[in-house]
Amino acid sequence: MADLLTRRSLRDVTPAVVLGAAALACVAVPLLWPLDQSAVALDRVAQAPSWSHPGGTDDLGRDVLHRGIYGLRVSLLVGIVAALTATVVGGVAGGVAGLLGGWADRVLMRVIDALSALPHLLLGIFIVAMLRPGLGAVILSIALTHWLSTARIVRSELLSLRTRPFIDAAISGGASRARVLTRHLLPHVLPKIALATTLMVPHAVWHETSLSFLGLGLPPHLASLGNMINDGQRSLLTGAWWASIVPGALVVTVTLAIAALAARRRDRLDPRVRAELEL
Amino acid sequence: MIRLVRRRLAVAVPVLLATSMGMFLLGAASPMDPAMQYAGAAAFTASEENLAQIRANWGVDDPLPVQYARWLGNLLRGDLGWSTSRHEAVSEVIAARAGWTLLLVGLTLAVVLVASLLLGAIAAYRRGGLLDRALRATAYAVESMPVFWLALAAIAVFALALGWFPAGGLTDVTAGSASFGDVAHHLALPVAVLAISQAPWFVLFVRDSVAESLREDHVLAARARGLAGRTVLFGHALRTALLPFLTLVGAHLPELVGGSVLVETVFSLPGLGAVSVQAALGSDFPLLAAITLVTTAVVLIANLLTDLAYTAADPRVRVDG
Repeated sequence: MADLLTRRSLRDVTPAVVLGAAALACVAVPLLWPLDQSAVALDRVAQAPSWSHPGGTDDLGRDVLHRGIYGLRVSLLVGIVAALTATVVGGVAGGVAGLLGGWADRVLMRVIDALSALPHLLLGIFIVAMLRPGLGAVILSIALTHWLSTARIVRSELLSLRTRPFIDAAISGGASRARVLTRHLLPHVLPKIALATTLMVPHAVWHETSLSFLGLGLPPHLASLGNMINDGQRSLLTGAWWASIVPGALVVTVTLAIAALAARRRDRLDPRVRAELEL
Repeated sequence: MIRLVRRRLAVAVPVLLATSMGMFLLGAASPMDPAMQYAGAAAFTASEENLAQIRANWGVDDPLPVQYARWLGNLLRGDLGWSTSRHEAVSEVIAARAGWTLLLVGLTLAVVLVASLLLGAIAAYRRGGLLDRALRATAYAVESMPVFWLALAAIAVFALALGWFPAGGLTDVTAGSASFGDVAHHLALPVAVLAISQAPWFVLFVRDSVAESLREDHVLAARARGLAGRTVLFGHALRTALLPFLTLVGAHLPELVGGSVLVETVFSLPGLGAVSVQAALGSDFPLLAAITLVTTAVVLIANLLTDLAYTAADPRVRVDG
């Protein structure tokens, strides 16, 4: 039993520690060791990881870990802003569908079904290509392709809440539409929305990294994880594997930690699922 | 069955129309000037009359609805337009490359389906066992790895360090013509990478639904009759779990296409994905729009086919557009 408890709390603590360390690094490193984005140091090109450069240096002599932390900062920022934007779009669409019902619901659900049949990455590439690569285009491209799941969740929650007796009670008690929405419906939907947003952040980070990797994301001189993995592709052939593997490992660790934390939270919201998983 | 097809087409046609209109509007909102793009460096020395003449010839100054109708009409007549970045007909670019993408995606899908059905079923049978736990941990880890990073890591290990597979391309440059073995050798690593990156979702889904169907009455009855564990698992439990899996495979296709774009780019494969990235970098609207539309149409057709397979396999399904 004690063994089980520690193992379970370890699963809770590890992602939190990883995320805390990443957040601390993202805040502290730019303050303590500011990075000159355009600086190169040709006297220490493609050095393997060592104590002075824990992530090695790339083919222009830039410290991979230092730039990686800057890239992580940008990726997380883009991921969070894009996930929030997607949540607003999805929340409004799902809210309209769930509250109005009827033909508005049918039309919106058809649109959502249709959009989920489109290859998201191709659509994202198209949006970025037409709007010119840049921060705004990347965020827009993520938001426009990722709002579908949130809309579905909000809609189905609202549809099931609408039929519950306490809503009827509130309405027969004379509550206005606005009051029913803000005092009775939203408190039930918000935790689910928050969870969906958290689970979307890793997807947004992967989308941003993919676009940057293809050269369609952030400007190439800026340290972003996708740009760095793309740059590292050149040095891979000369044996300097760390230039692309280290930034990739940062993406994997941080997104895995976010996903694990959100998954634990979801299990706690719905114990039935956890019981199934623990079996 | 015919009603299902008709209903699906009634949805698919508006979807394609809406997609084409959305893409056209985005293209129109783009700050790119096609005449300047066409002229290239000569745009700096070209007279304003010449540029205006080009615009008038192409009709890019016409009102948007007129332009859209003309573009759509051309598409419907099979004229996909002229690629501004590759300077050849869009239909030729697509025809020369679609086959390789289909081959990559098709092979990957086959590998993923066989592997996930086998591994998922065994993991469900020995739930909580070593394979189950290892598989689930690996699945979560792999799911958070960007596919292009996985591809680079695979190149670093299997192509550069061990030298088992080539690092990219489709054929050996020193070989005069493409042979079957050569292509297979070049495709092994890309297919494996794409399959591994797509597999987690499929494996976990099969595991969960087989675990559920193992508890159903008919599986219990099969066990009570004394059938062997393997027969119960593959003949009874897996068969029940197979049906919902079919439709979800269709729903997962768009993601597979997205993965193939990245894998083709990393491995320099001459497919549609890699060319769409080049088109995007060159702001090549006709090529990019045509590839997106064609891919969407193929995904919609594949969805329809999986639905048809589903209704054919299970007549109980209520046909509900």
